[in-house]
Amino acid sequence: MNLHAPTPFQLAALKVLVLALCLVPAALLAHGWFAGTLGANPIETLQRGTGEWTLNMLLVTLAVTPLRRLTGLHWLQRLRRMLGLVAFAWACAHLANWAWLDLWFDWGAIAADILKRPYVTVGFAAFVLLLPLAATSNAFAIRRLGGRRWQALHRSVYAIAILGVVHYWWLVKADVLKPLIYALVLAALLGVRAWWRELERRRQIAAGAPQFKGKVIRILR
Amino acid sequence: MLIRRPADILPSEITPRALFEGRRDFIRRAGLGLAAGAALWHGLPARGAQAAQRLAPLQPSAFSTDEARTDVGHATTYNNFYEFGTGKDDPLRNAHRMQVRPWTVRVEGLVNKPRSFDLDELLRLAPLEERIYRLRCVEGWSMVIPWAGFPLAALLKAVEPQGSAKYVQFVTHYDAEIMTRRPVLIWPYTEGLRLDEALHQMTLLTFGMYGEVLPHQNGAPVRVVVPWKYGFKSAKSIVAIRLVEEEPITAWNRYAPQEYGFYSNVNPEVSHPRWSQATERRIGELRRRPTLMFNGYAEQVAQLYQGMDLKKYY
Repeated sequence: MNLHAPTPFQLAALKVLVLALCLVPAALLAHGWFAGTLGANPIETLQRGTGEWTLNMLLVTLAVTPLRRLTGLHWLQRLRRMLGLVAFAWACAHLANWAWLDLWFDWGAIAADILKRPYVTVGFAAFVLLLPLAATSNAFAIRRLGGRRWQALHRSVYAIAILGVVHYWWLVKADVLKPLIYALVLAALLGVRAWWRELERRRQIAAGAPQFKGKVIRILR
Repeated sequence: MLIRRPADILPSEITPRALFEGRRDFIRRAGLGLAAGAALWHGLPARGAQAAQRLAPLQPSAFSTDEARTDVGHATTYNNFYEFGTGKDDPLRNAHRMQVRPWTVRVEGLVNKPRSFDLDELLRLAPLEERIYRLRCVEGWSMVIPWAGFPLAALLKAVEPQGSAKYVQFVTHYDAEIMTRRPVLIWPYTEGLRLDEALHQMTLLTFGMYGEVLPHQNGAPVRVVVPWKYGFKSAKSIVAIRLVEEEPITAWNRYAPQEYGFYSNVNPEVSHPRWSQATERRIGELRRRPTLMFNGYAEQVAQLYQGMDLKKYY
């Protein structure tokens, strides 16, 4: 297999393999739930597990572009939409576990939490912001919106990831070690984008690109 | 210049003998592919490495509830004991490193007869009772646990508090060699009660649970249990009890005073700033249940707080 240019069949197989890998933690949690091995407070274990996997998959999705640039494996880009949708699926499971198993559809308590508890507010906001991204994660939507607008919309994933980490940070009682690790990884993933953007700006200025008040005017091809 | 050769192996890295001897069994269980996670859970000794010692005889108490007891496996595997880690199963994994014998408790401060008690002296102070109490954690879960102990008042009376003593502070065990060194809270963990709360007949100096000596992760060898307050008020593994005049420093109050008040009485009407306290999940149950004022002990303790604004003194 040519690592830099997999055949369509190899790419499809890769996608299936990655999706299967993504489903392993879900299968373990589901098995634990039915086998009764999620500990004394299984609903809390599910809440933690689904939340952490939402964040994990958001960070994996955000790692695709830097990884592609560093390794030159451009087909990684072809996995990104699926990884993003897996993150969304985890977010749905997280929300469902909270509203259903934890609060048993006590709408008063759900509304009060969203309105009064800042960590729930930001977590819920992150979920709502994920909805349009999930809805437009298909070829039809990209054609319909046009690449530029689609890309602009999907940049909101940066804000969503930040809200997700803030959500985690604000809910821990003490000891922010784990949220801190997520924050550092996210900062690295966003920071490397900002740095590359800055390098690109400098390169364009050096190349004599048209400018407006010091900003490079992006020329899309 | 300080020349000190570090030990080849950290005490924390030495595998307890019981676990080491069970290694083949552990590997066999862990080899079950997908079920590896579940096997790890079962592979942990449910009550820590120490052999259980029965406490008898235990007198029954009128303060006991007749509600269903929480499964002992849950009560001994789902613990908050932050010195051993902030995960719920960290205390189970790590607390066995704590030496609980010999153990002495200093009782000092504003008392006529300050002195140290070793564990056997403490146990001789009063007959042990079984007290089946509800336990409500500030995090929103609860258990029903049969404790074994006697009223803290029996110990306090033995040292004769002076008239100026208004509060009691509990100082708990801290040993950086076996506990976390990260300053998650201020170590050693301290808690406190007003003297009248400490003298209340329900405040239990506790040595056991489920008819046996306290497992390490539950605060061996001696702790307090204050059932009408959130669980963190019930300090574990106590090494000193101080009678003082001013409200003492308590760990969670110092960490986040706007979230954890000195009193921290269970109160469904006063929310934690970040979550509601109106309901709780009883461990072992699926649905939440309403949280009761003073954890259901209003009849016994409400008079301690007469005239106090419990929204202010949360």
